[in-house]
Amino acid sequence: MTYPPNGGAAPPGPALPTMLAIPPQPGASPAPAGPSGPLAAVPSRRTAWSEGVDRLRTAATTEPGRLRIIGAVLALLVVAFGAVATWEMSERSAAADDVLNRSQPLSRDAADIYRSLADANTAASSGFLAGGQEPAEVIDRYEKDIRTASEKLATASANSGSDPASAAAIAKLNKLLPEYTGLIERARANNRQGLPLGGAYLRYANDKMQTMLDAAEQLYKEENERLRADYDDATPYPWAAIGIGALALGALVWAQRRNYHRTNRVFNHGLVAATAASAVVLLWLLVGHTVARAGLDDSYDHGVRSLNVLNDARIASLKARGNENMTLVSRGAETREVGDVPKDKFDLEYQSQMEQLGGAEGSTGLLGTAASLADDAAGREPVAEAIENVKDWKDRHKKARGEDDSGNYEGALKKVIGARDQDPTDESFENVDDALENALEYEQQEFKLAAQDGRNAMTGLPVGAAVLAVLGAAAAVLGIGRRLSEYR
Amino acid sequence: MLRGRLRSSLRGWGGVAAMAVACALTAVFALLLPLTQARGDGSTGQGGQGVAEGAQVKADDCNPEASLRPSPNDGPYVEDIKKRGYLTVGVDQNSYRWGYRDPNKSESKLEGFDIDLVHAIAEEILGPEPDIRFRAVPTNQRIPAIKNGDVDMVVRTMTITCDRLDDVAFSTAYFKTGQQVLAPKNSDITGYNKTLKDKKVCSAKSSTAEDELEKNSFGADTSTKVPNQLDCLVRLQLGEVDAVVTDGALAASQAAQDPTVMLMGEPFTEEYYGVAMKREAEDLVRRVNQVLVDYRKGDWQASYEDWLADVPGMADTAEPPAPEYSD
Repeated sequence: MTYPPNGGAAPPGPALPTMLAIPPQPGASPAPAGPSGPLAAVPSRRTAWSEGVDRLRTAATTEPGRLRIIGAVLALLVVAFGAVATWEMSERSAAADDVLNRSQPLSRDAADIYRSLADANTAASSGFLAGGQEPAEVIDRYEKDIRTASEKLATASANSGSDPASAAAIAKLNKLLPEYTGLIERARANNRQGLPLGGAYLRYANDKMQTMLDAAEQLYKEENERLRADYDDATPYPWAAIGIGALALGALVWAQRRNYHRTNRVFNHGLVAATAASAVVLLWLLVGHTVARAGLDDSYDHGVRSLNVLNDARIASLKARGNENMTLVSRGAETREVGDVPKDKFDLEYQSQMEQLGGAEGSTGLLGTAASLADDAAGREPVAEAIENVKDWKDRHKKARGEDDSGNYEGALKKVIGARDQDPTDESFENVDDALENALEYEQQEFKLAAQDGRNAMTGLPVGAAVLAVLGAAAAVLGIGRRLSEYR
Repeated sequence: MLRGRLRSSLRGWGGVAAMAVACALTAVFALLLPLTQARGDGSTGQGGQGVAEGAQVKADDCNPEASLRPSPNDGPYVEDIKKRGYLTVGVDQNSYRWGYRDPNKSESKLEGFDIDLVHAIAEEILGPEPDIRFRAVPTNQRIPAIKNGDVDMVVRTMTITCDRLDDVAFSTAYFKTGQQVLAPKNSDITGYNKTLKDKKVCSAKSSTAEDELEKNSFGADTSTKVPNQLDCLVRLQLGEVDAVVTDGALAASQAAQDPTVMLMGEPFTEEYYGVAMKREAEDLVRRVNQVLVDYRKGDWQASYEDWLADVPGMADTAEPPAPEYSD
């Protein structure tokens, strides 16, 4: 028998087929090519499987044959371990990278679209209330919001991929946005002339915006689901790799034990090296993934969840503010029956948004959830500030409504958009918005740090696992080859 | 066989389930129907509010325009107003030329034809520079606001109808109007007639206009219904509808905001606006009627000149409707 090809430092990749294909019984080769075809073809061809099994059985009767089989199996196991570990970890690592660099930024963009639209609507109604000559900063705010929304829509559109729900939401927003801005311009033009028609246009624009906000919310939810899916791809334990790794280690230990019993030699260097390489990969896999998973879980629990709640809270506060303005714009033009009593449609909306934002007291609802999700003082502080200002806002709103209900429209207007010394609700709203913006920035940072930690824990793992496994397999083959050479 | 039996019994249960679902749906609809109908709030002065038939069908010896004879004497209600020193009036803030707020005027005071009348009444009761508290009342809150005593009176393009007389008292009529068609000047619609065929016509939800269009739409598409009559002008300007039906006074208010539209044809119903007050406030009703007697002598025409004469489709000069009295 000849084994020279395996004596050298043959790379373990080709080592496998070589060992199986080269053996000197050409008639029993599992491949249909060669002499086996003409020999066995006449009555009924035997399957390659049964031929292979026969061959193995024959080989297993001699020690070199057994050794060859053991070598092949060991190399196969170690390579398989490396391959599966690389595959599973590159998938997880790619998903973790997606969380950090693709789906979370997209989810953030979607939240920005949603928020910009709500903010634009609020700015439009604020400017309208101020009269024909809108304050420059309100116009700027509106323009900036519309710009942000259309820019981010373009990004979202480029990244929506094959998701039909996102694409539909984006298409809808792209169609409605110019319609909305058109209506706002008409509202402004009429308001500038002092015509009540401007208010009717603003209400129509506001209605249109509600449809747009629904679509934006849909997009935001889709993007969040995509983010969740990336998390789900990044965090599960690589069980297949762990299983095969354990198996490979077990087999290596067994082979060395067998070797020791047969030869009384304690160490076979090749097999020891293969064991060490496999153990390192397995350990790296376990620790690396556990750390990565901890980081990612942390970024979800303390980053993404907080961000979602804070975004919802910010949008609820924007909607509440918009409706507070619209109550004064519409001046009773639209009502809705609650029980038997007709109530102003926009004031009802305001109440329901404020309820969502802070519950009955101002400290429950979304803000309450945000406060309980904030895991450190720096995160809790802006939320607490928002809660305080929501309470102020509610008090001030009551006063403004009181003025309006008693027939003092001017007084109500001052309490809503007036100068700072009038304690307008505008001030409270701005404070809530600023506080929530700070909270969002902080949580975004928290998310980023934790997710980076998670992703970095996986850095090098796929490549490392592959390289080590190849080396390990080579070592195992070498080790077995060393034993085989004794039979020459 | 077993399978067949199972299937047929399933089919039986399916039928029962389907019937149960149908019953449940019917019940839900039955419950929701009155709700959805009631929700159609009218809002900004769309006049009729769906009860205007009373104004035309004067069958059951109800003459809605007939009010109490005028008297300059103080009664308990007038004295109450004098004692407290201010008059609370329910008005509209969105009806251009009738009652609205100009955002560009520094104190953005309410102004319009209705507001002029309020000033006249308040000055008569409380003297010069009276303290008036204007309250914006949505259309469907006009009657509750009077009944609850939230306001002393409502001066808000409110049509006098027999149905409303069950809840509130009206002054003598101070303005005559009727449902009218509003369309772009270059439109081939000429009024409430067959030129409306296949046109899209807008009306306010649960308004007299909606009722009239339901009775006879001349083949128009009347599916566009909006919360407020002014929303119809928005739809008209955006090209979503071809014409608007609302009462003439408010159509005039719309035409005044858009020089490219005008009133088409004559009013096709007859309605009168009145000042609404509490039913029990007899002395206040007589007092307001007294004010109107004087008001009709010249101030009315001046106010008309100020607010309505220049509106395309409105007569250059007009006279107030003659008062009718029931006692």
